[in-house]
Amino acid sequence: MKSYEMVIGLEVHVELATETKIFCGCTTKFGGEPNTHCCPVCTGMPGTLPVLNKKVVEFAIATGLALNCKINQNCKFDRKNYFYPDLPKAYQVSQLYLPLCHHGGIEIQVNGAKKIIGIHEIHMEEDAGKLIHDSWEDCTLVDYNRCGVPLIEIVSEPDMRSAEEVIAYLDKLKLILQYLGVSDCKMQEGSLRADINLSVREAGAKEFGTRTEMKNMNSFKAIARAIEGERKRQIELLEEGKAVIQETRRWDDNKDTSFAMRSKEDAQDYRYFPEPDLVPIEISDEWIDEINNRQPELRDEKMLRYETEYDIPAYDAGIITSSKRMADIFEKTVAICKKPKEVSNWLMVETMRLLKESEMEPEDIGFSPNNLARLIGLVQDNKINRTVAKEVFEIIFKDNIEPEAYVKEHGLMMVNDEGELRSVVEKVIAANQTSVADYRGGKDKALGYLVGQTMKEMKGKADPGMVNRILKEILTKD
Amino acid sequence: MNITDETIEYVAALAKLELSSEEKEKAKKDLGSILSYIDTMNELNTDNIEPMSHVFPIKNVFREDIVTNESNRDTLLSNAPKQKDGCFIVPKTIE
Repeated sequence: MKSYEMVIGLEVHVELATETKIFCGCTTKFGGEPNTHCCPVCTGMPGTLPVLNKKVVEFAIATGLALNCKINQNCKFDRKNYFYPDLPKAYQVSQLYLPLCHHGGIEIQVNGAKKIIGIHEIHMEEDAGKLIHDSWEDCTLVDYNRCGVPLIEIVSEPDMRSAEEVIAYLDKLKLILQYLGVSDCKMQEGSLRADINLSVREAGAKEFGTRTEMKNMNSFKAIARAIEGERKRQIELLEEGKAVIQETRRWDDNKDTSFAMRSKEDAQDYRYFPEPDLVPIEISDEWIDEINNRQPELRDEKMLRYETEYDIPAYDAGIITSSKRMADIFEKTVAICKKPKEVSNWLMVETMRLLKESEMEPEDIGFSPNNLARLIGLVQDNKINRTVAKEVFEIIFKDNIEPEAYVKEHGLMMVNDEGELRSVVEKVIAANQTSVADYRGGKDKALGYLVGQTMKEMKGKADPGMVNRILKEILTKD
Repeated sequence: MNITDETIEYVAALAKLELSSEEKEKAKKDLGSILSYIDTMNELNTDNIEPMSHVFPIKNVFREDIVTNESNRDTLLSNAPKQKDGCFIVPKTIE
C-alpha cells in the first residue's frame, strides 16, 4: 500500500460565558425548562430588532489577541440564510465578509516537536435552538433556549497532520479560552464543538485531496476515534480506485463510524448579505489596548511563575495549570496555608485519583480552598496523620465538609498520649513474639509489621513516628 | 439583463416559493430590471470610495451584558399553530 498523509483543519464553535444572549437580554444559563430563556427577539418575532451585547465583542477580541490574530477594526455582521426550524428567523446572524479576527496562530507540541497551527479567522455568530424528535407524535419539538447564545467560530488553517496534533491544538485552545474566562468549554454541554475537515493525500503530494467535514463529536476521545475512522475510510476508497466525495458526515460514537449527512450536490446556497438590522462596529486602538491590558495570565506564564514564585517542580506546575479550575484552587489554597508543595501534592495525587475514579473533570471540583488549607493545617499540627487525612480528604472532595468538625465528630484525632500508646505497643509485642524474635534476629522488616499491627489496634489514629520510636525503645531495652 | 428559467426556479426553491408560470415570467422581468439597475451602478468609478455597509451613519450600538428578560413562554407560544410540553411543534425534520 502507498503511504498517505492526512490534512486536517478545524472549525471550533465556542459558546461565550456571557450572562445574556448576543442580541437580547435573555439569560444564557444551560438547561432550564424549554423556551423559558426566550423573548420576541431570539424567537424571531416579526418587528423585533437585535442589539449587540458589548461583552461578546470584548470576549472575541480577547480571544483573537490571545491567539495572535489581527483585529478587523471595521467589522460588521452578515446574514446566512437557510430554512431550518432551529433558527426561527430563517437566517443566522454571522460574519462572512469582515470577520472580527484573522491571521493568527498558536504553538502546539507533540512528542517534543513544536509546530505553529495557523488561525484563519475568528468570527462572532448566534447559536441555534434545539430540536427534539417526538417519536410518539412523529413530529419535531423546538426549544429556543440556546437560540441566540453568543458563539465564536475559530477556523484553523489546514495545518494538522495527525489526531495527536488535533488533540494538542484543541487542548491548548481550550486552556486559553478557559484562562481568558471567555468560555467554560464544557463539551458535554455543547459549549465547545469541533467540526473536522479532513482529507488524505499520498505522502509528498502537493495538492490537497478531497475533504469531508465531520460533525457531532462530543469528547476529545471521540474526535481522535473519528479522525482515525475517517482516515481509514478515505484511504480504502482511494486504494479501491474510488473517489472521496466532498460531503458532511455525522460521527456516531456508539457505532464507531460516520454517516453521510449531505453531499456537495445539495450543498446549501446561503445567500449571505450584510445584516441591515445591526450597525457596523468600529474598534479603536484604545479599545484594543484596554482589552490587551486586562488580559489575564495565561498558562505558559503561569507555569513559569509557579516554578519561581512557589518553588514547585515544572512537572507539578504543568499538571496543576492543565486546568484553570485546578490552578485557581491551587493559588487560593496556597494564599491561605502558605504551603505550595503540600497543596500541589494534594491536587496532583489525591485529587487527580478521585477525579479519575469518579469520572469527573477538574472543572467539576467542588471543594473549597479553605477546607483543603485546613486539612493541610491539621496534618501540619500533628492533629491527624496522613492516612486519616486521606480519608478525610475523600469526604472533603465529595461533600466539601469542614475537616476540623469532621475529625472531632468521628474521633479521628491523632493519639499523642505516650502512656496510651505505650500500653498498646506492649500488648502488640506480647501477642507477636515471633516478629519480635525476627526483629531481634536482625530482620528489620519485622518492625514494619509491628508498627502496622499497632496502627491497626489504634484504628489508624496513632502518630506513626511515635509508634516507631516506642517500639524500638522497648525492643532494644528488653 | 436576461434571467433564465433555471435561475428563477433555483431562487424560488431557495426561498421555498412555488411560482405559477405567469408569476415566473413576472419575476424574471422584475429581477432582470433590478440587475440592469445594478449594471448601471457598476459603471460608476468607485475607486477610493469607502464601501458603505449600512444606510445610517451610526456605529457601535451596544447593550451591556445584563439580564433584562424573564420567562414569557405562554405569550411566546400563543401564536404557535401547535405546541407540546412548552415547545413549538414543527413538521418532522430528518437529519
